Amino acid sequence: MIDLGPHAVFIVGAYAGVAVGLLGAVLWVVLDARRVAARLAALEARGIRRRSAGSPAP
Amino acid sequence: MTAFLAVIVRDLRLATRVGGDVLTLLLFFVMIAVIVPFAVGPDRELLARLAPGIVWMAAFLSMLLGLDRLFRADEEDGSLWLFRHAALPLEAIVAAKVIAHWLLTALPLLLASPLLAVLLAMDAATWGRTLLSLLLGTPGLVALGAIGAAVTVSLRRGGLLAPVLILPLSIPILIFGVASIGADPGLSRAAALFLMAISLVALVLAPFAAALALRASEE
Amino acid sequence: MSLDVAAKRPNWFARLANPGQFLAWSRPLLWPLAGVTALLFLAGLYFALFDSPPDYQMGETVRIMYIHVPTAILAEGVYVLMALAALGTLVWRHPLADVANQAAAPLGALFTGLALISGSLWGRPTWGTFWEWDGRMTSFLILFLIYLGIVALWRAFDDPSRAGRIVAVFTLVGALDIPVVKYSVDWWNTLHQGASIDLMGDRHMANSMLLPLGLMTLAFGFLFLTLYLVRIRTEIFRRRLATLARQAAGATP
Repeated sequence: MIDLGPHAVFIVGAYAGVAVGLLGAVLWVVLDARRVAARLAALEARGIRRRSAGSPAP
Repeated sequence: MTAFLAVIVRDLRLATRVGGDVLTLLLFFVMIAVIVPFAVGPDRELLARLAPGIVWMAAFLSMLLGLDRLFRADEEDGSLWLFRHAALPLEAIVAAKVIAHWLLTALPLLLASPLLAVLLAMDAATWGRTLLSLLLGTPGLVALGAIGAAVTVSLRRGGLLAPVLILPLSIPILIFGVASIGADPGLSRAAALFLMAISLVALVLAPFAAALALRASEE
Repeated sequence: MSLDVAAKRPNWFARLANPGQFLAWSRPLLWPLAGVTALLFLAGLYFALFDSPPDYQMGETVRIMYIHVPTAILAEGVYVLMALAALGTLVWRHPLADVANQAAAPLGALFTGLALISGSLWGRPTWGTFWEWDGRMTSFLILFLIYLGIVALWRAFDDPSRAGRIVAVFTLVGALDIPVVKYSVDWWNTLHQGASIDLMGDRHMANSMLLPLGLMTLAFGFLFLTLYLVRIRTEIFRRRLATLARQAAGATP
């Protein structure tokens, strides 16, 4: 990285802040997806299934 | 009496009967103006400068907080179901309720505005512009509020959500409302025209949007 | 008409409209999309931080532009997407439109928030303060509040499938109103002669700046796309979960 000048702290802060935000978002999206999948798997293990050959949603 | 008028009269009667809170909203409006000097100091010049903003903020808050009453009582006692299946189109019913709501929540503010003018060191000309500004802008506010109330009517705890939803959307009304009270005649006239335009468009579109939301809220 | 009992291969519309079909074709896309996103970010960051010149006016702080502009573009673009989804719900009753709207809202809020943060940090060395009520940033603030309102609205409903049309109405009202808000905020800003320092201004950007800008915009775009697909899938699964849970509890589906 070249010299970021006198306002380096803001540049670093902006990049760091956005990085934290994005990583947090990715984490949340992934964990949420996993949680729902786990719960679905749990229900399926209990033998509860969707009524198969279901017609597409209206 | 036409069905349209009947809806207006019904709402007016219900609100002014026992258990109505028209007076409460009015008190809230005046109260805001009363507490501002305690917050910013009683300097008359400062108050006069802030007065247009304070009046509009007070109008905003008291009207937004009164939004819930637009459809919730009807939802709870089954009237809303009747409205959905009535001969009079739901859009017309919403329009009638908007008119009634304006009479109940905005008209009192207009009537109380002289009191605010005195408390906030407004001169007569400014007060006149304030009156016009409220007259032009509050219908738009009620119309937008009706959309918020319709969208949240099926939510049990939706009461505070409607103001939160509508407030960002109503910022143009606030901007032009306050600006139309300003001293510069050209500017205030331009702002007043914008205000009127927004209110008119909102009044025309809101019944359709609200009716759509009300229908979708049916169990 | 002959009776064709063989299973038909779904046509393109069915593939788009049917949640089951969507789940099928979206799954193999996820890792490739994530990979493309990562590559774009690597390339973009390299050029943004190492291989591009400082600005002649604002020096190194122009590098914040390479994250502020993409987030700003997405902040507005996601709302357009949500408005289209809302039309899909109300006009065409597309079965995935609800989910498309619900999945997008938090992402839109995220990018708007990031645009505000990056804009604020960009403004500090330029304006001297972390916040100026200038037209653009104020409009973004209001957009942020609208997004949060929509997220709150989705969360307020017990049953998201009932909420779909209602939230769609509100989304469209917002779509009509946002241009009005922008105009009025700009008007208000010039009225008060606020700091209308446009961060970007009328600049002819050299290719050396357009490259990282373009790469980062693409990177953010692909990140959104990847996260969006995952979120749509999650919402579809979550609704199935709710239906099954109700079945399990013995309630009449």
